[in-house]
Amino acid sequence: MSNATLTPQPREISTEPRRSDKVFRGVVTGGGLTSLLILGLITLFLAYRGFEVLKEEGLGFITNAEWSISTDDAGNVLESSFGLSAMLVGTILCSIVAVTIALPISVFSALFLNFYAPQWMKKFLVAVIDMMAAFPSILFGIWGFLVLMPSVEYWAKLINKYFGWIPLFEVEPYFFTRSPFVAGVVLAIMIIPIITSVSREIFAQAPLDRIQAAFALGATRWTMIKAVVIPHGRSGVVGGAMLGLGRAMGETVAVYTVLNIVFQINWHVLLGAGGNVASLIILKFGEASDYEIKALMAAGLVLFLLTLIVNALANLIVKSTGNSGK
Amino acid sequence: MTIIAVPNKPWAKSPVDRVRDLAFILISIVSSYVVVAVTPMKGKLAYAFVLFATYAIVTGLFSFVTRGAPAAKDAVVKTLVAVGAILTVVPIASILFTVLKNGLPGMHKGLITTDMSLAAPTDPIIIGGVLHAITGTITLVVLALIMSVPIGILTALYLTEIKGKFSGPIRFLVQAMSGVPSIVAGLFILSAILYPITKSYSALMGALALTILMIPTVARTSEEVLLLIPNDLREAGTALGGTQWRTVAMIVLPAARSGLMTAVILGIARIAGETAPLLLLTGGGDKVNLNPASGPIGSLPYYIWKSFNAGSPEAITRAWNGLLVLMLLVLILFLAARALSSRKISK
Repeated sequence: MSNATLTPQPREISTEPRRSDKVFRGVVTGGGLTSLLILGLITLFLAYRGFEVLKEEGLGFITNAEWSISTDDAGNVLESSFGLSAMLVGTILCSIVAVTIALPISVFSALFLNFYAPQWMKKFLVAVIDMMAAFPSILFGIWGFLVLMPSVEYWAKLINKYFGWIPLFEVEPYFFTRSPFVAGVVLAIMIIPIITSVSREIFAQAPLDRIQAAFALGATRWTMIKAVVIPHGRSGVVGGAMLGLGRAMGETVAVYTVLNIVFQINWHVLLGAGGNVASLIILKFGEASDYEIKALMAAGLVLFLLTLIVNALANLIVKSTGNSGK
Repeated sequence: MTIIAVPNKPWAKSPVDRVRDLAFILISIVSSYVVVAVTPMKGKLAYAFVLFATYAIVTGLFSFVTRGAPAAKDAVVKTLVAVGAILTVVPIASILFTVLKNGLPGMHKGLITTDMSLAAPTDPIIIGGVLHAITGTITLVVLALIMSVPIGILTALYLTEIKGKFSGPIRFLVQAMSGVPSIVAGLFILSAILYPITKSYSALMGALALTILMIPTVARTSEEVLLLIPNDLREAGTALGGTQWRTVAMIVLPAARSGLMTAVILGIARIAGETAPLLLLTGGGDKVNLNPASGPIGSLPYYIWKSFNAGSPEAITRAWNGLLVLMLLVLILFLAARALSSRKISK
């Protein structure tokens, strides 16, 4: 019998993942990187298709207001001029009107939901507002056109009557139908649920101990909100407003139904002549020639980059107010 | 004789308080009628404005007299905040009401059994139906689901389970992607696939664009759900000798099942009514088309759009009716999502 002791060999410990895990990690990482791929491809393809027009027009694509093309019978382009400035100004104008209207309403209703409403009402309203955020935009568009527009035009006339001396509210010629203001109001109704729910979540994170401290010191509800909630949530609300702005800028169908598109820069909110990049694409797409389609692709690229920048800024701002990016 | 102290609630409203609150409301209502009758201000806007302004002033004055300036401000803000909430809810109520009112007359028996191949939008509403639109929307949604759900959930898994070095950028990109305008998604598919490769409208093209819009919704909701799964479960899986793959597939995902369903349903609600990309990519046929790979395909948003643009009263009724069907769809999906999400972690 051999006397050799069987010294147990130490088991080999490895942190090397098994093959199944490697495959798993690979697949999941691949899936995760799809968003990068898609965003990259969007930029690439729109730039590639629009390149010819962008090269032809140069910086004028952003600064010119004219959008025209003439072709001969064979379909060759004789003359073309593509400029987006009127559409860009219109897009910005509509979305600023929308945010100006929506922001105070949303902040107030978020405050109401968090600090004033009874529990049952809060639950119900939150469900209703979340549902409204999921309504399709065509619903807002058609409702806005058939139901809301007459009232809004009347409001516009009132504003013009009493504040017409402010250059922004001038209306010359006297024409109110389908103005940027109307589009702005419809967009405002679309983005109120978004800004409300972002603000609500941020207000809900206001530190409870400080709220109670404020009440213990004898604060009324409003003084408490002013001293605790607003300083805590200010930048988050700004971020929420920017998210709404991004949504308003990219909206297509709802704006197209209520806006009169005119290829001329117009800063007068109440005048019935506006512009919108997304609506331009729908408007011109139907009868566009190959070359004009390229111009529309370039317009899409500009819109894409614009909303990307606004959204990125919004997310950075929301994120900087702590863990509130939900 | 013992005295039993009766607990009272000094913060509760006494009958006097209730009568006074009611009186304030009555005063505001009466004054709104009086002001509208006396002054040149007319219309619903004037009623609402005067009503809330008086209420704010009356309650503000009362608080000022009884409790001083801070209480007065508090009372005014209370009115303002309530007005904000009302202004948020009024449009929703108006939308629901008008869609029901204008959409119901378009309901008839043949609506979901016939398509529009033999009818024009301007024909009387009794002719034709939305069968092609419903089958089209289902085709588009199912195709988009098949493509976007795996990608969305994989993205969420990457962010919650692997937590690799790209987590930050990917979370950022998913957020950015949720802001991509729908028309841009449509233009992208147009430029990248429809023009160079297939050269014809089809359900697949529309579904690809919808996929781009759906991925961020699915990914973000799934991420939130997966974050709620307690870490104990993952540790238990690893302690039993499971590889990460086994732990995720056998423990984490089943535990998050109903939450993931919610994510998928919210994704569907996001794309079901999407219009702009479909206008560019699907061609909007009037006939039932069950082949997703070729031929123009109708859809509810396209049907609404087409009817709305036809403009005659019959066509407008059709549009409202289509909106009603679409809204019911979104409503059902939304209720389903809420019912599921009330229990985010399955047993």
